Amino acid sequence: MATEKTMEPLWWGLFSAGGVVAAFLVPIHIILVGFAVPLGWTSDTGALYRIWWVKLYLFVLIVLPLYHWAHRFYFTLNDMGLKSISKLLAVLCYGGAIVGTFVTAWILLKI
Amino acid sequence: MAEPTITLNVTRYRPEKDRAPTTQTYVVPYRQDWVVLDALNHIKDQMDGTLSYRWSCRMGVCGSCGMMVNGTPKLTCAAFLRDYYPQEIRVEPLVNFPIIRDLVIDMTDFMEKLKSVKPWIIRKEEKPVSEGEYLQTPAELEAFHQFTQCINCMLCYAACPVYGLEPKFLGPAAIALGYRYNMDSRDQGKDQREIIGNHDGIWDCTFVGECSVVCPKHVDPAAAIQRSKVDVTKNWFQSILLPWGQR
Amino acid sequence: MSAVGPDPAKLYHRKTPATWWLTNRSYFLFMLRELSSVFIALFLVVYLCQLYQLSKAPDAYNAFTQKLNSPGWIFFHLVALLFALYHSFTWFQSSAVVLPLRIGERLISRPIVTALHVGAWAVVSVIVLILFLALKS
Repeated sequence: MATEKTMEPLWWGLFSAGGVVAAFLVPIHIILVGFAVPLGWTSDTGALYRIWWVKLYLFVLIVLPLYHWAHRFYFTLNDMGLKSISKLLAVLCYGGAIVGTFVTAWILLKI
Repeated sequence: MAEPTITLNVTRYRPEKDRAPTTQTYVVPYRQDWVVLDALNHIKDQMDGTLSYRWSCRMGVCGSCGMMVNGTPKLTCAAFLRDYYPQEIRVEPLVNFPIIRDLVIDMTDFMEKLKSVKPWIIRKEEKPVSEGEYLQTPAELEAFHQFTQCINCMLCYAACPVYGLEPKFLGPAAIALGYRYNMDSRDQGKDQREIIGNHDGIWDCTFVGECSVVCPKHVDPAAAIQRSKVDVTKNWFQSILLPWGQR
Repeated sequence: MSAVGPDPAKLYHRKTPATWWLTNRSYFLFMLRELSSVFIALFLVVYLCQLYQLSKAPDAYNAFTQKLNSPGWIFFHLVALLFALYHSFTWFQSSAVVLPLRIGERLISRPIVTALHVGAWAVVSVIVLILFLALKS
């Protein structure tokens, strides 16, 4: 079951889920993380990130869009002329998302 | 008073003597009601009989006269000179296909791909003729009707950058055709059209969406492809997570 | 090889250039849409770095937050936000194509489906904002 043709629905499914999460949730979080807190519109000590279900939410928020990026960027690089190193690109993109999954889990458990 | 004119820059390629395509300029009369096809016919009849191109119905139903008009795939019978006048019009053969001669492209690959999706009703069991027709409600017809409207004009293949980069890609029209049969309530052959769910089927598509933009019959092949992705993915996850519940 | 038909050796093949996406507006906007995923991923990596600092110590977290208050980072987040919004809007448009929604027999038009998604996005964003303000300290 390891041929590319059978596994594609998995990556596309993750891509879609990541796309939905990114579409609905990322803009507001950019506003909070990138503007609201640094510019002092509101204060934040980071204590809320210790709540267990906030960690679960963050795991979904960060990990799924990584798979969205991996799938989309892999195809983009192929379509921009890098088809000759397709296999390497797949390892870098999907592998990157997989690494990101573990790193995210590890960081969230550490908080 | 001089008759108004418009300039056409037309691709020429004569395989018997040209190594590569060139451009030939023709100045034709400008008429309010003329389309690019009328201009080409005027060139062929009055100015240069050697120009080769395909056309037939001149009313947007046969799909023969597809060409690039100022870089956009169009039916030349539907591209009005007045929408370009007084600018010059560039007429080139449909991109992403090999050129045979002048504006005529080789459509062998397209024809093979149409066949490959098995575009006919496939039954697990045929009903005997004595039992009558396969009945269908208006709602069942509506589910696939728009995808029956394809006139095989290949504009979608010319618009698709994925097909341009990967000639093995099944392509918009072929997938839309396969989807048309998969969505037909009379059909039972979805599992025989696995070519659609294979690597060079729907999965090469990145939803650029240009195929649906250029389609003259509003078939919306992009929608057919994306909906097929959802369908194949749902079935795939079901087969992994609930292997006993196979349809 | 058939006796009838064009000589395959004489067919002229035009190659798609690697710069194909610069040749027209639709292709360019498509590429921008695809690249939005890069900025979304970059932002999430920044967020992850911030959370990593938090896992070390609250002071480290505050120091990182302070670092984000600089012209460079503000500009980055502005660019990321614009790309994220472009992703959201184009995703909602795509959703309208992929999932035909019906009220009874009637199909809901695509612009309306897109607008409903945008509305849902606004509601979700407000909920996240309220939860953040309620839970933070």
